[in-house]
Amino acid sequence: MNTLVRKVIPFASLVIIVLGLSALRPDTFLTADNFINVLSRSSVNGIIAVGMTAIIISGGIDLSVGSALALAGMVGAWTMLWLAGGDPAGTLWSVPSDIPAGPGRPPEPTALAMAFGTLAGVAAGTLCGFVNGALISKLRLPPFIVTLGTMSALRGIAYVMNDGEPYNVATYKYLGEGAFLGARVCVLIFAAVAVLAALALRYVRLGRYTYAIGSNREAAFHAGINVDRCLVWIYTLTGVAIGIAAMIQTSRTVSAQPTAGLSLELDVIAAVVIGGASLSGGRGTILGTIIGTLLISFLRNGCTLLGISTNVQLIVIGAIIVAAVSVDQLARSKTQ
Amino acid sequence: MTPKSSNSLRPSEPTTGVPPVEDEHGQDVRGTPVALEMRGISKRFGPVQALSEVTFHVRKGTIHTLCGENGAGKSTLMKILAGVYRPDSGSIHIHGQERTFQVPADALAAGVSMIYQELDLAQDLTVAENVFLGAEPAGFLPYTIGQRVMESETARLAGQYGFDVNPRARVGDLPMGDCQIVEVLKALRRNASLIVLDEPTSSLSENEAQRLFTVVRSLRERGMAIVYISHRLEEVVGLADDISVLRDGRVAHSASASSLDIPAIVRHMVGRELTEFFPPRKAAAGDVCVQVENLSSARGLRDISFSVRKGEIVGMAGLVGAGRTEVARALFGVDKMTSGRLLLDGEEVRIASPADAIRQRVAFLTEDRTRTGLCLELPCAWNITLPNLETLGMQRVIWPRRESAVAAQMGERISIKWSGPGAPATSLSGGNQQKLLIARWLLAQSRFLIFDEPTRGIDVGAKREVYGLMNTLAEEGRAILFISSELPELFGVTDRILVMRRGRLVGDLRTSETSPDKVMHLAAVETN
Repeated sequence: MNTLVRKVIPFASLVIIVLGLSALRPDTFLTADNFINVLSRSSVNGIIAVGMTAIIISGGIDLSVGSALALAGMVGAWTMLWLAGGDPAGTLWSVPSDIPAGPGRPPEPTALAMAFGTLAGVAAGTLCGFVNGALISKLRLPPFIVTLGTMSALRGIAYVMNDGEPYNVATYKYLGEGAFLGARVCVLIFAAVAVLAALALRYVRLGRYTYAIGSNREAAFHAGINVDRCLVWIYTLTGVAIGIAAMIQTSRTVSAQPTAGLSLELDVIAAVVIGGASLSGGRGTILGTIIGTLLISFLRNGCTLLGISTNVQLIVIGAIIVAAVSVDQLARSKTQ
Repeated sequence: MTPKSSNSLRPSEPTTGVPPVEDEHGQDVRGTPVALEMRGISKRFGPVQALSEVTFHVRKGTIHTLCGENGAGKSTLMKILAGVYRPDSGSIHIHGQERTFQVPADALAAGVSMIYQELDLAQDLTVAENVFLGAEPAGFLPYTIGQRVMESETARLAGQYGFDVNPRARVGDLPMGDCQIVEVLKALRRNASLIVLDEPTSSLSENEAQRLFTVVRSLRERGMAIVYISHRLEEVVGLADDISVLRDGRVAHSASASSLDIPAIVRHMVGRELTEFFPPRKAAAGDVCVQVENLSSARGLRDISFSVRKGEIVGMAGLVGAGRTEVARALFGVDKMTSGRLLLDGEEVRIASPADAIRQRVAFLTEDRTRTGLCLELPCAWNITLPNLETLGMQRVIWPRRESAVAAQMGERISIKWSGPGAPATSLSGGNQQKLLIARWLLAQSRFLIFDEPTRGIDVGAKREVYGLMNTLAEEGRAILFISSELPELFGVTDRILVMRRGRLVGDLRTSETSPDKVMHLAAVETN
């Protein structure tokens, strides 16, 4: 009974927020455009939150997701421009894309260059995840410390790549704005990633072992699970998700910014926790995380529509996080 | 013998044995004043009546033992005494005065101290700091702690009761037995007049337990009232002045210890006569299944060789720290073998990790089921199938329905009491949690099973079932290594007993040709 309440609360809050905003701002909130907008904006955070869910279920944490997102985007965009025949050391790449064609304009990557660039970005994200996973499992360091380090280091690399300047890829629009069968590509990717992850957590051994490791790492080890290998996989797969999210982000802003994803990790962890995952591991679901992500997105969107400043939004979201976790704790202590 | 009922407090009523009865002056009829009396305590949790009309009393300067299977209501009763729970009805009287405990601090203030199975000690503080935790004496300068006062006070207190502990030792460095003594000192510092010990010996070696008994007896001699909870009936009988047996939330029997023997206590606990505590052995030993040759490990094992035949249950005795668990860990691939060989069914195998061991169909039921055994918040079914997904043909895709069915079948086979295979492992009692792990290794079709203290902290009925399961496994032709600190069960169940001392194997004896004294002597006495 109480477990049911616990599971329903995040979803109920989401419904209440959506209904409330619909009532308050029927003309601006309750429009197809606004919903598409909110969903596409959630896709970047959401895809990363899916990976973070697995990490948190395994009893870990990844603070470096924002930095990895920036770096993967930079690598992806750099590859596109390089393949388009530009000079990698040229400063021209960072000029705004709206200046007229001519000598001052960056090269425009071809479709093939963009495809390879996308793969390169995803590969870079994957590598970041692998490095985290390898350090955490092989050196037996706490994930918090390792990813605190990589958070800083990866961000640094992203800045160094073009001296703190972005790479502009004016024509790279498909992932961010494109549509496929009438739906935004980025939203479809988000849905696909979420479904795959949910199925994997439920029906694949790695998913099962993720729960077991998070619940009791020693017990998992004594049950013959290769804990190190599982952890490397979990962080690497999250890296894949970060890479995908990075390319969507790059496409949405038609540029790779070294400052992309600053404090993204907090939003993502908040979404996972609101969705009912336990930071001590062993508990969490993809569905919960998606609800958590949408909750934060709609809240942001609603605040904006209601004319609440972004500064005040921070306060509201902070309060929601604490409230969500305390309600969860309360329900848990009642059940036991 | 009629079970004592709650209204039998009037001295006029005939009672069995020497039940705790007091007259109107709060004096026991035998003249000893009553330190604690719990009258007609009832407590209900939702639909479960945990305690009904429990009446229980402890005389000053005596040890009163509380027995009962898991779930009989012992912990609930003690938590009420500690102020953790509030009773639905009934009253608590300390030295004849009625007291109500709203919070645990009230119980402490009334002189009731609890020493739980999992000790409440700060590992990184010293003995003295733990003893004075929360009541540190002031130091010379304002806002400082009088470290020296604390240490000398602790030493004085220890000396007064004849305990041997260094007040400056870090608690984390102390053996378990000393930690218990630190807890006792904490209680003494608080001027406790009643100490409750909950399963104090479950993680102690035989020697440490003996030492604890001396401590408990010296507390009794100085007029302390002691409630002692234990599953180990031998020690109960040796130690207690009075014994109360709880069953299904009621007092099934209460009498002086001298009028009860172990079979009688067991009978009251389970409500039926256990004709034989240890089930009969039928398995006949076959070929050698496990052969360990010259095993040494980084954890101090030196040159250990033994073998276990199919269908044979081989016990392993030794004091805590003798290296018994280390043998299991080395064979199961948790610790590295630095030298030596392991042969299974005549073939040499290399085991470098638990995964290798499981692939070789070796099972290890660890001694600490919450730390190294179960994923407590996960469903029972998941816990059973955890190492078996591959052999169940689910290496690629897990089929939850088939998984549940397999788990349910195992549950039925060894009669696990649960609300279903989907229930979290936490919802099960200790004995049933242990069965969950046994089900796991049954499902793994292991040819060699290592049971490390499988009956620790589980009740009498569950113990008997565990012995029965070991027998069944042996009859199926599996080889079993049974590590235990309880000699009676080693003698009741095994064919042979290996004795460990300080990392070496010092004895390999046929159970039928040896005696507990001999095993104890080998385990405890240094010879060359």
